[in-house]
Amino acid sequence: MSKPEILIIDDEAEMLRLLEITLESNDFKVNKAVRAKEGLIMASNHPPDLIILDLGLPDDNGHNVLLKLREWYSKPILILSVLNNESDIVKALENGADDYIVKPFRTGELIARIRSSIRRKSSTHNDNKFENKNLMIDFELRTVKKNNQTVKLTATEYNLLALLVKNEGKVLTHHFLLQQTWGPGFQDQTQYLRVYIAQLRKKIEDDPNSPEFIHTESGIGYRFTRED
Amino acid sequence: MLLVAVSVVAMLFDIFPVLLAAILSALIWDVFFIPPRFSFTIANSEDALLFALYFVVASVNGALTYKIRQIEKIALKKEEKENTLKLYNTLLNSLSHELRTPIATIIGSTDNLLMHSSKLSDENKIELMNEISKSSVRLNRQVENLLNMSRIESGFLQLKKDWVDVSELIFDVVNRLKEYTADHPVGVIIKNNLPLFKLDYGIMEQVLYNLIYNAASYIPKYCVITVRASCLDDKLILDVEDSGSGFPAEETDKVFDKFYRLKNSRTGGTGLGLSIVKGFVEAHNGTVRLENMPEGGARFTIEIPTEISYPENLENE
Repeated sequence: MSKPEILIIDDEAEMLRLLEITLESNDFKVNKAVRAKEGLIMASNHPPDLIILDLGLPDDNGHNVLLKLREWYSKPILILSVLNNESDIVKALENGADDYIVKPFRTGELIARIRSSIRRKSSTHNDNKFENKNLMIDFELRTVKKNNQTVKLTATEYNLLALLVKNEGKVLTHHFLLQQTWGPGFQDQTQYLRVYIAQLRKKIEDDPNSPEFIHTESGIGYRFTRED
Repeated sequence: MLLVAVSVVAMLFDIFPVLLAAILSALIWDVFFIPPRFSFTIANSEDALLFALYFVVASVNGALTYKIRQIEKIALKKEEKENTLKLYNTLLNSLSHELRTPIATIIGSTDNLLMHSSKLSDENKIELMNEISKSSVRLNRQVENLLNMSRIESGFLQLKKDWVDVSELIFDVVNRLKEYTADHPVGVIIKNNLPLFKLDYGIMEQVLYNLIYNAASYIPKYCVITVRASCLDDKLILDVEDSGSGFPAEETDKVFDKFYRLKNSRTGGTGLGLSIVKGFVEAHNGTVRLENMPEGGARFTIEIPTEISYPENLENE
């Protein structure tokens, strides 16, 4: 298999160099753009497998660039930004970013997020089963097993879990989870989400107080991850 | 009597009221003491001179008192200025120390790695790289603190309140702090059937983080940290308690001051952590207090009045 290609759109020379070294040593092929305009042209001429986008570009707002890319580009876009306020993060995620990483970041974490984004987008979504550690989910039969024991979930609990698992590795915002699980009109009813997440954790985590599957993204949403 | 009144006016008011008081008192003096009494008329030149003289004395008296007050005011201002300057200097010293130490370590270590690479053993290289890594994390924390402090001071801190499962919040912070609390067992006690509270999750995360981090940094090895959450009269009560040696009694009310550091505290802090706690709790209209416990150790108690919601009240499917 050829190396996955990554396009980085960031205007800081040092950051570009760091990302280039980090990604190349992890078997990715790297292309770089320092302007929004240049990045958009490069992406359309030769669509990469993933785009890393900085929000603070000199010639355009990163949120705009994200929207322009999302008009036609369907592969993962990862936002890398110094802005760590919840509103920017939620906005980017709701405008179609797959992930959001705040600078300064740990390179191990960055690589893990890139891999999981690429894996998620290339998987067929038709997997009938999820299996990791002692957790097994059968999407066809709508059953969940923990340590080979069937876990009794209510319909809402199951739907919420299935939504998280199908978007494995991705941060799902409170809004999105509520709307998808409870329907429109429930986007702001976060108390439902809190209660159901707590119940789910009790049922599928070894220790619900230090969850390994369902992670809290403070003020933003939840992320489901598997143990590698 | 009248002269005293003029002096009093001079002590309390500006120069114009003082002159007015001097004129008024001269007129009153004229009415009551210069014959013919109870009239503004001055009968002879001797009395006119007396009246003029009184006016001059009253004015000079007033002006002098006013002047003395001015000098006192300036002295007071100067002292205030000196105190602010002193505070500013302590602040600047602690800040430059806290920022420059990690930067110095990073520059020194990279210089070594770049210039003497061939002479360094592999262990030493790894050690230098570890120092760079540790210093960067430390530097990042200080920058984070300063940014938080300026958010509070700017007055633009806007809370994004949402329903919070306090148990999730506490364990989230405790888990994130695991590497710093390796030497201190952290216990969490959460009251049964705790409702959901409307809070800013990210801000409260910082509050708990700072309190637990602070305790872990200053208490002796193997001392225990206990976090408690309960609900009383629609208020969220959060306790962070440690079994360390507590705070010096005379300093307990100063620890929340910006840049205040305990007299004997070791290096490695800006004195911002607890003032950020206070600022963030007050942004929630809450209070935070510190007390030493009779059996030793310190306890921080946070009380936040806010909306609550009992999960049982949610309609079931």
